[in-house]
Amino acid sequence: MVAHLLRLKLTLLRNGLRRSPWQLVGMAFGGLYALGLVGSLVVALILLRRADPELAQTVVVLGGSAALLGWGIIPVAAAAADMTLDPARFTTSAIPMRQLLTGLALGGLIGIPGVATALVALATVWTWARGPLPAVAALVGAGVGVLSCVVLSKVVTTATASLASSRRFKDVSAIVFMIPLVLMGPIVAGVSRGVSASSGFLPELAATLSWTPLGAAWSLGGEIAAGAPVAATAKFLVAVATLGGLAWCWKLLLERALVNPPYSGSGSRKGGKLGLLGLLPPTPAGAVTARALTYWLRDPRYSGSLVVVPLLPILLVFQGSQSGDYATLALAAPLAAFLLAWSISADVSYDNTAFALHLATGVKGTDDRLGRALACLAFALPVVLVFAVGQCLFTGSWDALPGQLGLSLGILFTGLGLSSVVSARYTVAVPLPGDSPFKKPPGNVGQTLAVQFAGMGILSLLVLPEVGLFIAHLVTGNALFGWINLAVGVILGLSLFVVGVRLGGRWLDARGPELLAQLTVNR
Amino acid sequence: MTAPHPDPSVHAGPVPALSIRGLAKRFGGKIAVDGISLDVPAGSFFGIVGPNGAGKTTTLSMATGLLRPDFGTAVVHGVDVWARPLEAKKLMGILPDGVRLFDRLTGEQLVTYAGLLRGMEKDVLAARVGELLSALDLSQDAGTLVVDYSAGMTKKIALASALIHAPRLLVLDEPFESVDPVSASNIRAILDRYVASGGTVIVSSHVMDLVQRMCDHVAVVAAGRLLAAGTVDEVRAGASLEERFVQLVGGRNHTEGLEWLRTF
Repeated sequence: MVAHLLRLKLTLLRNGLRRSPWQLVGMAFGGLYALGLVGSLVVALILLRRADPELAQTVVVLGGSAALLGWGIIPVAAAAADMTLDPARFTTSAIPMRQLLTGLALGGLIGIPGVATALVALATVWTWARGPLPAVAALVGAGVGVLSCVVLSKVVTTATASLASSRRFKDVSAIVFMIPLVLMGPIVAGVSRGVSASSGFLPELAATLSWTPLGAAWSLGGEIAAGAPVAATAKFLVAVATLGGLAWCWKLLLERALVNPPYSGSGSRKGGKLGLLGLLPPTPAGAVTARALTYWLRDPRYSGSLVVVPLLPILLVFQGSQSGDYATLALAAPLAAFLLAWSISADVSYDNTAFALHLATGVKGTDDRLGRALACLAFALPVVLVFAVGQCLFTGSWDALPGQLGLSLGILFTGLGLSSVVSARYTVAVPLPGDSPFKKPPGNVGQTLAVQFAGMGILSLLVLPEVGLFIAHLVTGNALFGWINLAVGVILGLSLFVVGVRLGGRWLDARGPELLAQLTVNR
Repeated sequence: MTAPHPDPSVHAGPVPALSIRGLAKRFGGKIAVDGISLDVPAGSFFGIVGPNGAGKTTTLSMATGLLRPDFGTAVVHGVDVWARPLEAKKLMGILPDGVRLFDRLTGEQLVTYAGLLRGMEKDVLAARVGELLSALDLSQDAGTLVVDYSAGMTKKIALASALIHAPRLLVLDEPFESVDPVSASNIRAILDRYVASGGTVIVSSHVMDLVQRMCDHVAVVAAGRLLAAGTVDEVRAGASLEERFVQLVGGRNHTEGLEWLRTF
């Protein structure tokens, strides 16, 4: 039965890849990324064999504890738990609980995160291959540790299944999770600075953690190598008790979950509130704008990127504080303009087959394009203006403002125009409606990459005049270039915007059904 | 809900509500629809029945402008769907099967959105949305996001979006799937009144009983071909529609074998 479950998981994986060769390409990219990470960790662990035992022990225990913690937190926080072997699907199959648990636990190892964790954990065996006994202890520790990781993630996902299946929780957690991800650089820098300032503290932390469920399993090899069999035995007991306790919790939770499937309904609410649809002009373009704006606020796939934009200046200021030179802050406004304008290049892909409504109602292509672009412009324009003015406030160099504005507005308008054309013709792989923004999207990764790169290439060609004037201003310091840039940015940008909306609209009118057919493939 | 415009062609002469000629569609190596020609008389309640994968959805998608046919034409009240799509779509209300909705809108917002996309007046729209939602038992959930609706409620809100502009032709793909019996009979009453006042309804279904009771015309489709079409009485020729359907489509397994199913 366990073998059946594992074979099922492998078959699901293989069939998923078989749907299109591009799935394989996407998986290969994910695999390459993981391989690089795993490779460097493994090499580091192998090199640690020559290092001082205390240092090795500290690194292995801290790393292992972090891995265990990660397996506990990430599936819930990112609302991206792997549900291919969702226990709920086995309710009617009457599989004995013990075999179901073993099968699901081992199945959790199949996939990039599981394999990566297992490989890195096995590398610790080499770290402690300073004698046969430490190596065996490390192997046992790695086995128990990896299983604890998988079972912990199962406990957490099962316990929070009813919470996680509530849409509101999914929406909020996905957005909140975005923040630490974007601020990863400053966080890592801050932590590493704190750590290097108090490096004496780390071995102590590791020693303490090695007695807790988090670190016990990972410390076995080190204890034996240090010649402390009593401590090693005690920690082995802690590790096994942890795994046993987690497995027991999981069994209880699973037994309950199998007979009480999560309830994900919500209260009913009477109507009367049309929201933006009631406020904006009652025309097709106005309706599309209102709908798109509503989505920017309500759909985590859109609002996730809204959360990123305010963090942009924070990142740049942080970078400036590191180097003492705030010149890169000048990038805030153009970068935000680019990110926001380009974000609607996948607008129709985000609609998925809901786009059929636009097709069925016979909306004119230009109304569709204009509505989406105006929705984006409604908040992108204020953001870009605030960023540009804020940058000048921060650095105090007001003569840079016209050039800044010219470049940013040029990028914004041109980008919106180009996005309107791109999303009228090409679909890209994006997370499905209702899915977490972090979930690997189904569909054609190759086309996605091609569309993204080609689009960005064309955009950089189209804004060449603004970029040229901006550089000319920087080099010569002649304020005239800044003012010319402002004029060019607004006039050229707006003209390209109009051209983009017109052309995109015409393409949409001509090829709407083909676009819908492309979307149907990935629903 | 206002009554649809009475169709002058019903009295003037036989301009069909929908006329398709030689529609065909191939997906890769599989021929989904293999040359279907069909006339749907104006003012009829027309059922399209067929086994799973017969090409019903593909045919209706091609007839309504959602999927470009490889061959053939579709004409709605004299307007060619593929030559003058915007005009043809004004005449039609479409409930496609298996597509998503803009489900982060509330039910009320979604129907309003569909009306606004069709360029309707705000005041007319507001009154119609209220009436439609209460006729479909959705008033209590008008302010709930569609993503939180049950399957049946989702079907009903999609139906409301198709009805909002009082089209002359309604094309409904599997409209009763997962709809509860009370709502289903409410929907049937709405559709009956709509047909009585001159509108045309096309429904696809694989519930024969429902089609026999509800429709006056029926077409049987299997493996991408039209097997029979006409009034329900013509097609069923004395037998029940279900018997006639199985006879036409074939593939009925004789329930020999499966002996073990009786051995417990």
